[in-house]
Amino acid sequence: MSNGEALLRVEDLRVEFPSEDGVVHAVDGITYEVQSGRTLGIVGESGSGKTVSSLTTLGLTRRQGARISGRIMFEGQDLLALPEEKLRAVRGNDIAMIFQDPLSSLHPLYRVGRQLTEAVRAHRAVSKAKARERAIELLGLVGIPEPARRVDEYPHEFSGGMRQRVMIAMALANEPKLLIADEPTTALDVTVQAQILALMERLQRELGMAIVIITHDLGVVAGMADEIAVMYAGRIVETASTARLFAAPEHPYTWGLLKSIPRLDGPREEDLVPIPGTPPSLIDPPSGCRFHPRCPYAQPEHARVDPPLQPVPDEPAHHVACLLEADVRRRLWAQLAAGKTPEQALAAMGTPA
Amino acid sequence: MTRYIIRRLLWGMALLVIVCAVTFVLFRILPTGNPAVLRAGRNPQPKLIKEIEGVLGLDKPLIVQFWNYVKEVFLHFNLGYSYTNQESVRGLIAERLPATLSLTIGAAVLWIAAGLSVGIVSALRRHSLLDRAAMGTSLVLISAPEFWLGLIFLYLFASDIGHFKILPGAGSYVGITSDPWKWFTSLIMPWIVLASGSAAVFARLMRGSLTDAMREDYIRTARAKGLPEGQVVRQGVRAAINPIVTLFGLEVGVLLGGAVLIESVFNIPGIGRLAYQSIQSSNFPVIQGTVLLASMFIIVANILVDVAYAYLDPRVRYS
Repeated sequence: MSNGEALLRVEDLRVEFPSEDGVVHAVDGITYEVQSGRTLGIVGESGSGKTVSSLTTLGLTRRQGARISGRIMFEGQDLLALPEEKLRAVRGNDIAMIFQDPLSSLHPLYRVGRQLTEAVRAHRAVSKAKARERAIELLGLVGIPEPARRVDEYPHEFSGGMRQRVMIAMALANEPKLLIADEPTTALDVTVQAQILALMERLQRELGMAIVIITHDLGVVAGMADEIAVMYAGRIVETASTARLFAAPEHPYTWGLLKSIPRLDGPREEDLVPIPGTPPSLIDPPSGCRFHPRCPYAQPEHARVDPPLQPVPDEPAHHVACLLEADVRRRLWAQLAAGKTPEQALAAMGTPA
Repeated sequence: MTRYIIRRLLWGMALLVIVCAVTFVLFRILPTGNPAVLRAGRNPQPKLIKEIEGVLGLDKPLIVQFWNYVKEVFLHFNLGYSYTNQESVRGLIAERLPATLSLTIGAAVLWIAAGLSVGIVSALRRHSLLDRAAMGTSLVLISAPEFWLGLIFLYLFASDIGHFKILPGAGSYVGITSDPWKWFTSLIMPWIVLASGSAAVFARLMRGSLTDAMREDYIRTARAKGLPEGQVVRQGVRAAINPIVTLFGLEVGVLLGGAVLIESVFNIPGIGRLAYQSIQSSNFPVIQGTVLLASMFIIVANILVDVAYAYLDPRVRYS
């Protein structure tokens, strides 16, 4: 992580939700930053806290009774300290967000045009006619054919991909400096996914905005993100440039993610290896390293010691939170990268599991 | 859409014929007995009863009586003549319609305004003291029979027998044309009592419906856009109203049923009281006329609701 003029800097963010079963530690002290015009990918399983951290950036977890601490610095001001009315002026204006399911995210009873114009008029004093012109222009910008006609249609008259384009158009209405995309392609067909990602990249080039893209799918961020942060159980366990993360991942959880997606450039008979177990409870998370119950390489003391997020030796921009020795990690990954299973990798190391 | 409405109207007609048949059969097999006997005075001669039966057409087979009745209703809009005083049922109903319309339309406005606004406030301030008080009160109002509630109101507020003599009591109704202010004040208590049950039902429905709507993804989108909270709530209300509109048609029937009791309790000369009186005197033609009118109101209300629904929800299109 460079220390330049970050557009967004999240510092030690914690978000807790009191529930009947206990306090849910959804986000447990995460720090990351995004530079202007760059793309950060946040990757993790469902329940890893990636969506909650982004909703909190926009202040959308406040009314759910969340207990929030830390700082979210955006252009020099702490969004967490802003009163609701000031934060509202930031939402949809400087920071916009799109969501996973574009059908449920659009109001079913309002025309698409109205939903776009209200986004414009929430932040700009423009006439209805001008806002409508802008809505048509936006629909054209995101590649919807015949925008002047479709602006008067309802969301159910659009296909899934077209709906997500409408959501993107809405997010871009006020040319935000930062776009947060929460699983923007998860609900879409694979071919449509590629179109939406290409559209986001094109718009980023044209408008120069920064993007935070949240996904469970490393394949989605591989071609798009400059940096990737991997989240597990409310924490960031590894962060690096995209090229570095794919070439030399350091965290066993990241290894698991990489080995569980099919690759065209890997050995042909290589099996996909799922990560064993299920995501941990966020009410009563595991002691020590939170990944230790699912980690094939965990040592007994890993259940007691909580690993800090530290730079990797000789790679100051690559951080990892893992208790294994750096050279042990590198040798393990070399085995896994060659197509070995975790058991074979351990055997080759000659270390007892 | 036009074809849909025409089809619904034709079905409505068929339904009215069925309602006719059911009331026709029902009141003739009831033990309240033969209207000819009721009209013949004390200790009548069998010959006199026969004569009256002949005049009223009661000696003909039931199916013929029914056919004659339906023919008159649908071809000449003639609902027959009262057994007791030979007045035309159509005239009797027309005479009493203004009072009943005053009562029911006013109550419906109050029911919807109060029900929806209480529901909205409760949904937005869930588990607050206000919400608990409103939902507790609504439960009482749903459970309380209207005639009982009417008597309580009279006992508390009526200017003649009440503890706080602030509103005109039973029997104070006058037509809107003769004295609008007196018309208004005399209807305040009946409106409140008649609307209370339906308003309570709608308040609870709206609370649930809006609570669900405010959890929807599109509300999150509205907030993410930076819309002021007032506009966000409006979008929630817009979505929450749709499922409730469907129930409006059903609730109209409940309201009309309530009007019968309220008109009796508050002594309002409307169709409800007319129906009540004619049931007591086995006055079949008048009973049937009032039942048909009420059925027609309910059928029309439901057609209006379905048509309105197509406009309220763009995803619904009838063919």
